[in-house]
Amino acid sequence: MTPDGDEADANTVSERTTERAPSDDPETRGRPTGSATMSTVTDTQPTATDPGRTTSGGTGERVFRGLTTGSGLVVVAAIALIGLFLVVQAVPSLLANNANFLTSPEFVTTDAANLRFGIRDLLVVTLLSSLMALVIAMPIGMGIALFLTQYTPPRLAQPFSYVIGLLAAVPSIVFGLWGILVLAPAIEPFAAFLQTYLGWFFLFAPGNLPVLTGTIFTGGIVLAIMILPIITATTREVFAQTPRFQVEAAQALGATRWEVIRMAVLPYGRSGFIAASMLGLGRALGETIAVLLVIRAATSPSTGSLFDGGYTFASLIASAASEFSQPLPTGAYISAGLVLFVLTFVVNAIARVVAGGKVNG
Amino acid sequence: MSAALDAPERPAAPATFRNVSTARKIKDRLATVLVSLAFLIAVIPLVWLLVSVLIKGFPAIVSADWWTRSLSGVTPDEVRGGVYHAIVGTLVQAVISGVIAVPVGILAAVYLVEYGRGRLAKTTSFMVDILSGVPSIVAALFIFALFVSIVGLEQSGFLVGLALVLLMLPVVIRNTEEMLRLVPDELREASYALGIPKWKTILRIVLPTALSGTITGVMLAFARVMGETAPVLVLVGYARAINFNPFEGNQASLPLLIYTELSTNPSAAGQLRIWGGALTLILIVMLFQLAASLISRYSAISK
Amino acid sequence: MRFQRRAAAVGLIAAGALLFSACGSDDNSGGSTEQASGVTCGGKQDLRASGSTAQANALTGFVNTFEQTCNGQTVNYTASGSGAGRNEFIGGQTDFAGSDSALKADEAQRAQQRCASPALNLPLVFGPIAVAYNVPGVTDLALDGATVAAIFNGQITTWNDPRIAALNQGKTLPAAPIVVNFRSDESGTTQNFQTYLNAASNNAYGKQATQTFNGGVGAGARGSQGVTDATKNTPNSIGYVEASFAQKAQLPAAQIINSGGGQPVALSTDNVAKAIDAVQVTGQGNDLTLDLNSLYKTTTPGAYPIALATYEIVCTKYADPQTGQAVKAFLQTALSPQAQGTLTAGGYVPIPDAFKQRLTTSINAIS
Repeated sequence: MTPDGDEADANTVSERTTERAPSDDPETRGRPTGSATMSTVTDTQPTATDPGRTTSGGTGERVFRGLTTGSGLVVVAAIALIGLFLVVQAVPSLLANNANFLTSPEFVTTDAANLRFGIRDLLVVTLLSSLMALVIAMPIGMGIALFLTQYTPPRLAQPFSYVIGLLAAVPSIVFGLWGILVLAPAIEPFAAFLQTYLGWFFLFAPGNLPVLTGTIFTGGIVLAIMILPIITATTREVFAQTPRFQVEAAQALGATRWEVIRMAVLPYGRSGFIAASMLGLGRALGETIAVLLVIRAATSPSTGSLFDGGYTFASLIASAASEFSQPLPTGAYISAGLVLFVLTFVVNAIARVVAGGKVNG
Repeated sequence: MSAALDAPERPAAPATFRNVSTARKIKDRLATVLVSLAFLIAVIPLVWLLVSVLIKGFPAIVSADWWTRSLSGVTPDEVRGGVYHAIVGTLVQAVISGVIAVPVGILAAVYLVEYGRGRLAKTTSFMVDILSGVPSIVAALFIFALFVSIVGLEQSGFLVGLALVLLMLPVVIRNTEEMLRLVPDELREASYALGIPKWKTILRIVLPTALSGTITGVMLAFARVMGETAPVLVLVGYARAINFNPFEGNQASLPLLIYTELSTNPSAAGQLRIWGGALTLILIVMLFQLAASLISRYSAISK
Repeated sequence: MRFQRRAAAVGLIAAGALLFSACGSDDNSGGSTEQASGVTCGGKQDLRASGSTAQANALTGFVNTFEQTCNGQTVNYTASGSGAGRNEFIGGQTDFAGSDSALKADEAQRAQQRCASPALNLPLVFGPIAVAYNVPGVTDLALDGATVAAIFNGQITTWNDPRIAALNQGKTLPAAPIVVNFRSDESGTTQNFQTYLNAASNNAYGKQATQTFNGGVGAGARGSQGVTDATKNTPNSIGYVEASFAQKAQLPAAQIINSGGGQPVALSTDNVAKAIDAVQVTGQGNDLTLDLNSLYKTTTPGAYPIALATYEIVCTKYADPQTGQAVKAFLQTALSPQAQGTLTAGGYVPIPDAFKQRLTTSINAIS
């Protein structure tokens, strides 16, 4: 109890409370029931109920407010610093680069005096594997979310979601081990089938690996499994928030369960679902160790086929991590990390815009 | 259709209606099948994976030494010793990151919910989303660029902890934020009405009310960072002996142990350690997740 | 009430943590490690070393024996890669380095400044490299240097190529394409293997022997285990790995016809020892830098030529005599029969007697 500040505060509060009462909007005063309505509450809250707003309050108030604001700033600063230091470390290597950074498929850093590195293939492999994961995981993720929110009785939904959540508990190195040792041989016949019958299509054309195991195709499937819990968790939350009255209105019209979903749930949850998928895409882009273990390296440049091998940004960096002893070669990998950072930044920013505040990543 | 026509005692109109209904029913059934199938498809790899890890790793974790000994003095092909040193490292690094990320995260969430408005709050909220999408390898590279390349520190468990902070922060902030928003405004108002300043209201009323939910978020954040392999690959060396000191020397962790055994040890003992380590890691992560869900079940504010 | 429960929970966690931190131990005594004889213990207690991953498992065995032999003394070896190991030794952060290659001229000069005496390259650990293959129905494949080189640079692309068939008369080789598995990470194994390919094929391999594979064919896999798994899971494939990995995976290793011609030589401890005994040293005085050409192009009958030689890089005379004494004690331990006995399990080759003499002389000169 700090005597100097408290009295003043007490006065202010009582004044403000009486002053505020008539203008208080009953709509926003109610207890929030879902995060969709939360943003309204938050927006009005500080102006409506904040006693420390007009006066600067006591020392305690100032310190506490400073602390919280400072903590918020830490997050902003962290992102800024990540960008800044990656750039600072990357620039000398980029200047010393003897290949075109954007278009060269090489990544040779063994000779610090003759660095030749480019991100073309990294970009191709990263995008191909992540997009493939997305194409697989999006419909399945939506299906699971519907299953958990619309088809399963609430009593079972909780344990079932826990089961899906378990997928997120499996460390990625375990996915990598399982992917290359168990999954890759198991799906090889399927890959061979695709290549035989759809080989005319560039995605299924023979790639730059002499084998069909450990390709981008394998990696994409492993990534799809890994991002499934992310897509599911968020989508489920959004679907569960579908306004009751919309569902009931559809039911009153005699709609079947599927029609309720099509008329009420999907339109309401679409943006949330897309945002969730973008979050999953962001995770797939940056996945490191599973990809490193699963996708095999190739000796020739990427051909744009799913049966290519190669490195993603993340797996290349991890692969070279033990050789980070000289500044210039290290900088080459940091510049690859910088591109990955920008890539995930953009994807996550899009996710946020699409979600329009409906999803908390 | 023809069946309806063949049966003259039945009125035609309901039959037509029933026919349309059949098409809709088929669609409905089909959707049910597909949606259930989606769930099954997700469960298959999970069960497949967990069973393979369990079968291959179980023989390792049943020995008492597994939980109480390190691998110090054990040759690669001997089935002896344990992963105590790696469990210690995993926990120490997680705790370091927790010590920093939990208070900062909770305060940042308080800022976003209670104080933040205008451009700065919007930017902060946006950056939390961005931070949650920063890949662990980028976080590790950043810490490497800053502390190893520029400041000139040696690689250590502490740096891993710092990298994990970046991964933990958004999880803590988002979960705390959600819980704070669930705290009824009546509580805040009642407190203000008693003349209690805002900061004390937050500390004494709002945060304690949201506490169990916040702890859930923290537990989930721990679970998220402990399985991370990328930061340990870049930021610390592997040690076979116990090292409680994260500031000096190499420090093992479970992901690093798995990775090291995987790349250097072809023997049967090595295989056992790889899968045993994976199982141990899954068990620890699951333990934290379970704790999180238990806490949230008994949390003060029900969703 | 709630507060009490929370306090109880915190207390429980704290107690659990305390209990957990108390119950762990580094004590793994009761293993197979024996005490070595003929070692003068003493000097600095904790030696720091770092470098080659290829010799990490061998050093684990040496360090175990050292700890058994010299009470209270130990070596902390970090497998951070050969390059990092040499850099850290030159920078004075470590007491010695493990490296897959000897110091280069400029490095030797800087190392001499760090030691204030010449630095020595001592080839202490030899690991044979297996050319492991998976060809259904074939278990006794024989190859010579030129053929191996032609496979690994893509000149020979099918198993029934006349050049392979000529070396394997009477065996049925499939008409299938050869899948080459190489290591995608930087490694001394790759570097030494490519050096061998160049040497044994009289440069017909024609690619630089760097730590990354430059053959231009095949599919890369992460680490020796990755190459081993890939070879095991891919019919008609071939790869190069440390012998221990091939053995543990029960992959056959090609018999090699060495540069002396003659019979194909199987990969075995004795056959590698023959090659090591015949190796020539280019180092001056106590420095035992090897002439790798003499190893890879060995003409000794029955000698298996593909082995990775890894060095310990030490100072002749340490600024701190305590360090010198400890390094000497450790290296003496490493040469003891007890320590050498730990090598075969890890796929290494114990040092043959004649060569051990030379190493002992060099090690005894350290101070």
